[in-house]
Amino acid sequence: MRYIANLVNADKVAGRTRRYKVIFSPQKFYACEMVLEEEGIFGDVSCDEWAFSLLPLDVDLLSMELPEFFRDYFLEGDQRWINTVAQALHLLSTLYGPFPNCYGIGRCAKMSYELWRRLEEEEDGETKGRRPEIGHIFFLDRDMDFVTALCSQVVYEGLVDDTFRIKCGSVDFGPEVTSSDKSLKVLLNAEDKVFNEIRNEHFSNVFGFLSQKARNLQAQYDRRRGMDIKQMKNFVSQELKGLKQEHRLLSLHIGACESIMKKKTKQDFQELIKTEHALLEGFNIRESTSYIEEHIDRQVSPIESLRLMCLLSITENGLISKDYRSLKTQYLQSYGPEHLLTFSNLRRAGLLTEQAPGDTLTAVESKVSKLVTDKAAGKITDAFSSLAKRSNFRAISKKLNLIPRVDGEYDLKVPRDMAYVFSGAYVPLSCRIIEQVLERRSWQGLDEVVRLLNCSEFAFTDMTKEDKASSESLRLILVVFLGGCTFSEISALRFLGREKGYRFIFLTTAVTNSARLMEAMSEVKA
Amino acid sequence: MDCYTANWNPLGDSAFYRKYELYSMDWDLKEELRDCLVAAAPYGGPIALLRNPWRKEKAASVRPVLDIYSASGIPLASLLWKSGPVVSLGWSAEEELLCVQEDGAVLVYGLHGDFRRHFSMGNEVLQNRVLDARIFHTEFGSGVAILTGAHRFTLSANVGDLKLRRMPEVPGLQSAPSCWTTLCQDRVTHILLAVGPDLYLLDHAACSAVTPPGLVPGVSSFLQMAVSFTYRHLALFTDTGYIWMGTASLKEKLCEFNCNIRAPPKQMVWCSRPRSKERAIVVAWERRLMVVGDAPESIQYKQLTIQVLLDRLVLRRLYPLAIQICEYLRLPEVQGVSRILAHWACYKVQQKDVSDEDVARAINQKLGDTPGVSYSDIAARAYGCGRTELAIKLLEYEPRSGEQVPLLLKMKRSKLALSKAIESGDTDLVFTVLLHLKNELNRGDFFMTLRNQPMALSLYRQFCKHQELETLKDLYNQDDNHQELGSFHIRASYAAEERIEGRVAALQTATDAFYKAKNEFAAKATEDQMRLLRLQRRLEDELEGQFLDLSLHDTVTTLILGGHNKRAEQLARDFRIPDKRLWWLKLTALADLEDWEELEKFSKSKKSPIGYLPFVEICMKQHNKYEAKKYASRVGPEHKVKALLLVGDVAQAADVAIEHRNEAELSLVLSHCTGATDGATADKIQRARAQAQKK
Repeated sequence: MRYIANLVNADKVAGRTRRYKVIFSPQKFYACEMVLEEEGIFGDVSCDEWAFSLLPLDVDLLSMELPEFFRDYFLEGDQRWINTVAQALHLLSTLYGPFPNCYGIGRCAKMSYELWRRLEEEEDGETKGRRPEIGHIFFLDRDMDFVTALCSQVVYEGLVDDTFRIKCGSVDFGPEVTSSDKSLKVLLNAEDKVFNEIRNEHFSNVFGFLSQKARNLQAQYDRRRGMDIKQMKNFVSQELKGLKQEHRLLSLHIGACESIMKKKTKQDFQELIKTEHALLEGFNIRESTSYIEEHIDRQVSPIESLRLMCLLSITENGLISKDYRSLKTQYLQSYGPEHLLTFSNLRRAGLLTEQAPGDTLTAVESKVSKLVTDKAAGKITDAFSSLAKRSNFRAISKKLNLIPRVDGEYDLKVPRDMAYVFSGAYVPLSCRIIEQVLERRSWQGLDEVVRLLNCSEFAFTDMTKEDKASSESLRLILVVFLGGCTFSEISALRFLGREKGYRFIFLTTAVTNSARLMEAMSEVKA
Repeated sequence: MDCYTANWNPLGDSAFYRKYELYSMDWDLKEELRDCLVAAAPYGGPIALLRNPWRKEKAASVRPVLDIYSASGIPLASLLWKSGPVVSLGWSAEEELLCVQEDGAVLVYGLHGDFRRHFSMGNEVLQNRVLDARIFHTEFGSGVAILTGAHRFTLSANVGDLKLRRMPEVPGLQSAPSCWTTLCQDRVTHILLAVGPDLYLLDHAACSAVTPPGLVPGVSSFLQMAVSFTYRHLALFTDTGYIWMGTASLKEKLCEFNCNIRAPPKQMVWCSRPRSKERAIVVAWERRLMVVGDAPESIQYKQLTIQVLLDRLVLRRLYPLAIQICEYLRLPEVQGVSRILAHWACYKVQQKDVSDEDVARAINQKLGDTPGVSYSDIAARAYGCGRTELAIKLLEYEPRSGEQVPLLLKMKRSKLALSKAIESGDTDLVFTVLLHLKNELNRGDFFMTLRNQPMALSLYRQFCKHQELETLKDLYNQDDNHQELGSFHIRASYAAEERIEGRVAALQTATDAFYKAKNEFAAKATEDQMRLLRLQRRLEDELEGQFLDLSLHDTVTTLILGGHNKRAEQLARDFRIPDKRLWWLKLTALADLEDWEELEKFSKSKKSPIGYLPFVEICMKQHNKYEAKKYASRVGPEHKVKALLLVGDVAQAADVAIEHRNEAELSLVLSHCTGATDGATADKIQRARAQAQKK
């Protein structure tokens, strides 16, 4: 707003008269108008609102493209986007009828759900009596599972996102991938037949798959030898175009793979993954800590270092005081004092904390945390809420069996559970919770997990609506990620869907990954 | 049976008419209608009578009396006229009675004689008095047109949205026009007036003379003019007893008629039945009535819609009847029953003799959760009647908390408004209330209010972060939030301050805040930063190069790259840089400089805390195999194989791996065996493996 105001005022000073129009998307905020008014240009600018809230990135993925949601809500406690989420859901329910089963976990999930319900009630009649087309909706707060989002991604789509950054469903492949001097913008979705086959695969399979594919392609090309004129004509008119297209895509993805491999070996990717797995499983903590320290000392990557520190903190329920201090000191020495603010942000969000003396959650604390997570109890100060943000990852992991017991090699080609998205080392917590709740059709029996998560949960089933739903629609599940989801989570749930006969549709405030989360928390010198 | 046609009389050649009484008036009038000002509302609406309008005496007994009757003469209201002399009466489309006084004030009354409001037609009218006034209807509302004593016209096309327009002067107009009327064409209201033999059309900008097409010559004056209800047609009556009928645009003549009566008629109006193709005017003299008409193409009249009918019933407070009609017509609740109940409730809150509790309860009992009923609208009405408490009680029934907010703000219940806004989840609404509160309360109270509403507080904080940094500081101060204050000053130290003194001062303030927050770590780190900043400044003064704003690590690196090794050592000691970091740092910097001699000296200065593998790695990175080999020999046993492989000594790597009997190392070496040159080595490993398995 200030930027716009400066532009307009500069024009005024220069005596230029122009017409200005500001289009707000997804919604206009009163505060924005007020700034225009304060700057004395409210009359000069005409405003419009484009209630654009849902961008379909793929056949099963809707994004609200609100990357700021994460910082605004989970760090600043700003609830402005919740209304936007509710509006988007309202739009979906006018299109696809009511949702008979609603589940959710987290404060934001609950608020979004309640606000959405209220919108539905106010405009009753529109969806009334409609047949539900989507059987279930599941709300999930990002802060309920930071661990999954902080891990290095190893399924192809996630890895492409980590390496090249996918923006709005498309990626810029640089010269090192296209093996020409130009960059290429490539749409990544189910339309891309090659990509569609490898997107959910563990990276170790992708190269083999691609080369097999290349050989098949070559064989198809080779068929033209020994063709007569008529067959050749057929081949050129019908198959060649498709083959060429496939050829183009294949070489792009092979290029991307090579580029990823080059980068990953440079960074000692294996070491990194090993450390991550150790953190997830909770062994060799000292070794991991010194690995992280070295990572910081060598100035490998500010964002990566931060990510590892957070992963250590969350999996260990906070750092022990000595490490908390020394890692922070090292980090400040490497990257500058402004990161004192970064650490303050991370602490507030519960991403990087100090272990409180007396480790286990006392009864009083858990009572307090229940209060804090309750909507009415915002009055309790930050100090208390950081108490409530204890992650309890280890206990949850044990309860939900997140670290699969491996007898022998984990076959990544034929995965047996969702852990394949992290090389068989870890089942994403967020996805496991969804799996468990859907299996039970409620939170029953998960009380202990919910208590450890320190989140409020809810479930709501409307039998009258469910009766109307077809069995097919009951297999359809909309998962709403508040604060972003990763491609690994999407891959894992796609896998779960194939196994259990569900079909998942994803609605996220934005597609995210560990780097985006860390950047959202980082203070940068302007 | 044959009586059916008995009372029909011929009218011209092809038309017939008959007279019969539709219904008789219930009123009991003592005065002659001619002695009263009369106004009948369109669509069979109420009739207003003002008795004795012209008596100027002050005596109460002869004061004018305003009576309102229904169309069938049932008395609705009667009141003594205590204001100034009235020139004209008329009903608006909303069935409000407009009484135009001589001084240009217009008093507005409801159907039941309840005073609603008044407005003035402007100073010019006040000075020159009202000579004549007309109330007219257009599709946009009801308007008032005034002819003043100075023979000028002023009009407002819509009394609901009062905009006065003074019409241009008619050149040479010395006396009042013989007749005039308002016309409405293309959304603009004009005035048509007759002065002697001339007709003038006034619009906002100009006065133009007009001539009706096909008008017979010899007219020296127009005595009467009439425009149809839809403003399509116009009739003119001349002093020769000639009647001209045509379109109101004055572009076309429809018919003409000579009645041979030269006396001015008392009244001339258009009449037509709805949907009838017959168009006619009725001209009335003292004792004679004449119908003049023709049979042209179709005319369509808009009819009263059900909605308007219901509105009229509601205005007459016939709520049960209106509800029965709704139910009979099966109107959707929102348009029908709910709307009427809401009107009823609005009427109910005006009953001042009933207590707040009783009214609120009665309304809630009747309305319940009827869809489409807005409790906040009813509450607004209650507040309008001065019943704030009742309004608040009614708002409690409003299920949408967002809807409660605007009225609460209006009633100055801002804090309650804030809670309701928060409850609604609409942050925009919360922010609106916040700005209200900010203006309404003093700063301290405002901050206290925020303190109890974390959601609002974080919203306001976000706003301040972008717009009002100083306020943000005050907010933290108020809350004794020293941690955030510290962060605030840290940010200021690099974002707001430019001079080094200012930056150090900001850091000092931050340090103090951190100590108060018992965050010793942050305080110490900030103190270090102050020291570093001062030192960087000194370095910039004494050495060439840029040091300010570098991190500690980068400062030391820059020093080494600049060849200031001593200074670098000193800095590392001063800031207690751990050995490991220093070794990594020096290693990288010296390799960047390709100062291999210095690197070797450094490697021998003492036992490396990071081992010697990094030395090998970095030399290879700089493609210096010769230097790399020097360090490979010093690498400890655990990384030996890796180091040897790095420098390309596969054979020796194999030997070490075999010596270690380490399977992982063996496979690693094997994977490095490429081509023919390493064939022998590969065989060696395979043999060792086989041997190991035998054992």
